[in-house]
Amino acid sequence: QKVSVEVLDHLEHLALVDFRDSEGVERLQKAIQFADQLHEVNTDGVEPMDSVLEDRCLYLRADDVTEGNCTKELLENAKEKVEEYFVAPPGNIPLPKLEERETFLQGS
Amino acid sequence: QVSAALKEGHVSPTELCQQCLSLIKSTKFINAYITVAEETALKQAEASEERYRRGQPLGVLDGIPIAVKDNFNTAGIETTCASNMLRGYISPYNATVVQKLLDQGAVLLGKTNLDEFAMGSGSTDGVFGPVRNPWSYSRQYKEKTVPKFHSEDKDSNWVITGGSSGGSAAAVSSFTCFAALGSDTGGSTRNPAAHCGVVGLKPTYGLISRHGLIPLVNSMDVPGILTRCVDDTAVVLGSLAGHDPKDSTTIQDSFKPFELPNLTDVSKLSIGIPKEYHAPGLSSEILHLWSKAADLFEKAGAKVVEVSLPHTPYSIVCYHVLCAAEVASNMARFDGLEYGHCSDMNKSTESMYAATRREGFNDVVRGRILSGNYFLLKQNYEKYFTKAQKVRRLIANDFVKVFRSGVDVLLTPTTLSDAAPYVEFIKEDNRTRSAQDDVLTQAANMAGLPAINVPTTLSERGLPVGLQFIGRSFQEQQLLTVAKWFEKQVQFPVIQLEEVKRHDDGVFQDQKSASFS
Repeated sequence: QKVSVEVLDHLEHLALVDFRDSEGVERLQKAIQFADQLHEVNTDGVEPMDSVLEDRCLYLRADDVTEGNCTKELLENAKEKVEEYFVAPPGNIPLPKLEERETFLQGS
Repeated sequence: QVSAALKEGHVSPTELCQQCLSLIKSTKFINAYITVAEETALKQAEASEERYRRGQPLGVLDGIPIAVKDNFNTAGIETTCASNMLRGYISPYNATVVQKLLDQGAVLLGKTNLDEFAMGSGSTDGVFGPVRNPWSYSRQYKEKTVPKFHSEDKDSNWVITGGSSGGSAAAVSSFTCFAALGSDTGGSTRNPAAHCGVVGLKPTYGLISRHGLIPLVNSMDVPGILTRCVDDTAVVLGSLAGHDPKDSTTIQDSFKPFELPNLTDVSKLSIGIPKEYHAPGLSSEILHLWSKAADLFEKAGAKVVEVSLPHTPYSIVCYHVLCAAEVASNMARFDGLEYGHCSDMNKSTESMYAATRREGFNDVVRGRILSGNYFLLKQNYEKYFTKAQKVRRLIANDFVKVFRSGVDVLLTPTTLSDAAPYVEFIKEDNRTRSAQDDVLTQAANMAGLPAINVPTTLSERGLPVGLQFIGRSFQEQQLLTVAKWFEKQVQFPVIQLEEVKRHDDGVFQDQKSASFS
């Protein structure tokens, strides 16, 4: 089954990365097709594995502050900053819908 | 050997450093390095020299030039992951493994080239261009290659290094450093090691800290070690392994560095030959080599048995899903705000993020992010992601069963064939290539097991071919001991590089053939 336009749009919103062209969409289709081979394997009664170290206890250290105070170094790599803040453009403006988007991003 | 030479004063750390730096310059066409940290390297070399003068070297690694793959953070040195997203990013800190090497006095020459964000199996998809396999310029390869067009640029049939740690492998292979760090998620250290004729170790997951290694797949990534001989790998491993409070996925067991014994009696060893590793596409040359190696062990008295890891053919599909999913998550941090590339688009936060990411990532990365997001959608989560996690357990269990049956070490090929010419390699896209090339190396990452590539012989085309040993979890000592025995038996030839201006320095000639341990 082909991936619907709604899902493609949804993915672009989630990933904040675009398919760019039909080749990108093709790539996704092929990836899904490839992944479908997983269904050939019988996994009845098998628990999903999160980590190969699942049989071990996680190391917890004491809740003491051991490092920090490196504001200056951390800010150094940011493009836009004001005092000790990272500056972002105005938020809460959702990306336009797929139909409108072609023209929108071309302005970037 | 070089370490002893440094100790006895036959060569000084600064001389060594300068020779490596000038060799890097004269082998620039290999494109193994993204950043060469000349000034800091020389300073480190001078500090090392001072320590030797006082008779107080920090250890075997003091003064030894090393290179680090460009996805490890190195304080004050640009770290790019071969991506536009991190161009100009100067790390504010050292990755734990980098810090450990520096604490031992190693001299960091520079950052090596890779596939963008370590995604790929050719070291061809980074923004700084592909890495060329130094063996393309060896007498051994040239003798066996008939140039297609005499008037053609003689450069046209150079071969790839494999990936994604191709730069590190090429750097070690071309003598510009004595050891290099790579990373291994699906075979990214062992694959280029095989193609470049060097030793490449993927340690057990949890043995070496990943703090500072820009993550690809958190549950499978490990820092990898590339050197010219197995003894050197053991030395580097000794200085890197151990618990790191900054990486919660490192185990707490104490690690004792070891020296490898010279094994003479292999009769107590049981070598497993997994039949599924006779994968489609495996060249007859390598199949034959694999079989010869098995015979070698048998003749020497070891017990060689055929074993089965039935879920091996699914490890690539499983990896494909889990990798994409983890990548989708790991790449989310690149939004242009705190570091890295930031787009000029500033109409809204979301549009700035979207534009930054479309400008910063190449097709491969974007493709994986999108697939990953697809597999993680609510309607697909069970079907793909959880399913893949279950298949992962089956793959890991296959290994457990085999090791429980008495097998000590598995012997398999590392790659399907010798290195392909670049012009051939790029005919297929990245995902197809990775799916083909990772099939022999990926399962070890799934199960978190240690695995090592040992360069074995030259192919009919004059290019290196290696074989892989997979060991039990945290049994690096046993794995490396077997690898060292095998290395001694096969006597892999030294590369005869032609186009490099050689220094007719007696000491350099000694270093050329070997190791620092």
